[in-house]
Amino acid sequence: MSLTPDQLRRIALLARIEVSDAEQRGVTERLNAVLGLIDQLQAVDTRGIEPMSHPLDGRLPVRQRLRADEVTEADRREAYQKGAPAAEKGLYLVPKVIE
Amino acid sequence: MAWEIVVGIESHTQLLTRSKMFSGAANAFGAAPNTQASAVDIALPGTLPVANLAAIEHAIRFGLAVQGRISARSVFARKNYFYPDLPKGYQISQYEIPIVQGGTVRFFVDKAEKSIRLTRAHLEEDAGKSLHENFTDLSGIDLNRAGTPLLEIVTEPELRGAKEAVAYARALHALVVWIGICDGNMQEGSFRCDANVSVRKIGDEELGTRCEIKNLNSFRFMEQAIEFEARRQIEILQDGGSIEQQTRLYDADRNETRPMRSKEDAQDYRYFPDPDLLPLVITEADIERIGASMPELPEQKRKRYAEKFDLPAYDVSLLTESREKANYFEQSLAAGFAAVTPKLAANWLNGEIASKMNDENLAFAALPVSPEGFAKLLSRVQDGTISQKAAKDVLTEMWAGQRDPDSVIAAKGLKQISDSGAIEKIVDEVLAANAKQVEDYRAGKEKAFNSLVGQVMKRSQGKANPAQVNETMRRKLAG
Repeated sequence: MSLTPDQLRRIALLARIEVSDAEQRGVTERLNAVLGLIDQLQAVDTRGIEPMSHPLDGRLPVRQRLRADEVTEADRREAYQKGAPAAEKGLYLVPKVIE
Repeated sequence: MAWEIVVGIESHTQLLTRSKMFSGAANAFGAAPNTQASAVDIALPGTLPVANLAAIEHAIRFGLAVQGRISARSVFARKNYFYPDLPKGYQISQYEIPIVQGGTVRFFVDKAEKSIRLTRAHLEEDAGKSLHENFTDLSGIDLNRAGTPLLEIVTEPELRGAKEAVAYARALHALVVWIGICDGNMQEGSFRCDANVSVRKIGDEELGTRCEIKNLNSFRFMEQAIEFEARRQIEILQDGGSIEQQTRLYDADRNETRPMRSKEDAQDYRYFPDPDLLPLVITEADIERIGASMPELPEQKRKRYAEKFDLPAYDVSLLTESREKANYFEQSLAAGFAAVTPKLAANWLNGEIASKMNDENLAFAALPVSPEGFAKLLSRVQDGTISQKAAKDVLTEMWAGQRDPDSVIAAKGLKQISDSGAIEKIVDEVLAANAKQVEDYRAGKEKAFNSLVGQVMKRSQGKANPAQVNETMRRKLAG
């Protein structure tokens, strides 16, 4: 399977990654190489095998670690907002986005 | 042409926890912006989610309450999309294997019991909020809500019409509050619904193309939005058009829905299992332990009330609107006033008390009258001390802070006249003074009777026992 230019544009948009016209060919080739690997995986007979959702899924006698319902985090807004490009009145500011 | 309106509802229920779904930040409403947004919530690099046990237990409680299947193994997945109030670029949700599968919710429409099958209920985290006021070319982002635990509850598309959809949503709302997993505060967004609406000709097997109306945060708006949307679709189809699958928003000010995004730019969320989180394993022992902590459910209470108290189904459904109301009812019956029958208590709770609470927008927790005081008041009606009408006045006084109905009755002189000699005397006086009406009554005018009774009540300042007055009057007029 190989990607069409349309498919490439679509997944680039979904991932919010800008791919210039000059880059298109190279990116397509590299992604096609990845898809080739996936084709190899798809060819393996997996009948009767339960799908895993995690590398450790069912392999170790471990359960997902859970947290007791307690507030353990203090307010560190000031420190966090020092790293933000813009903040005002406690809000992070971003270019206007209205859906 | 007759059309059928088909609705499916997705409800986002904010789970009642102290901390967030995947972080130890506080999960309280109304804090100053971003003061409850931890490093995990704002997605600083290197942070990892750790799921909140209480949120998972709440989901199990819900599964048990609707008799759904609790998945022994469920999987958290990433739902990928870009929006400023979603700093990770994905929402942690559940996709292929939700924590609760199936289940049933029962509800009443016009006194008839119905039920709806649930498809699933899954755990997820909420996004933050974007604020557009106060800024010109910028949006302000508050991430306090980011990471709030949600249970998304999805029905099969089997609700018929706006009224039924709203009745279901109300019943679901009552249930999640009842089992203590949600505070139910719709103004604060603790319970929000999306409605999937389609129409088809009656008799058609296949479902029509649906539109999804997002973020309905009041039952009234939900009803109006579904009604508008169904009318819109029917008009298009009747004109020979076709429905485009869309996400729409309801504008309450204009009472209309309008498109938010259409299928062409439909999101592709590229779900995949979240590698940061192992599958969630729930054992039989977990389920048993949580089951043991569940309160008696509305349905179980309804069954018990109908059997034990011999009450009509409708009375019972009103009494079990909330756990607080049902508890109040039970406490008033257990208060030690044997004369107070379940029917009398039910009538007052569903009538006078309900309307007073409604007027003042009060919850049972804030009710100024104790169940004991209420029971004592009813016992005074039952034993003839006061009339129903006087009891309403006493209740008003108790509402204003008086505790003991007996002292209100004494202070206001509301004690009913049940002495037959005294009543007979007043009746005689009224009959003597109203020869014309007596004549009218004897000539067959029933209205005259009511007028005579009215005069007795007036002369006794409303204190004469009405049943006795009626009986005495009939006897005298017949004699």
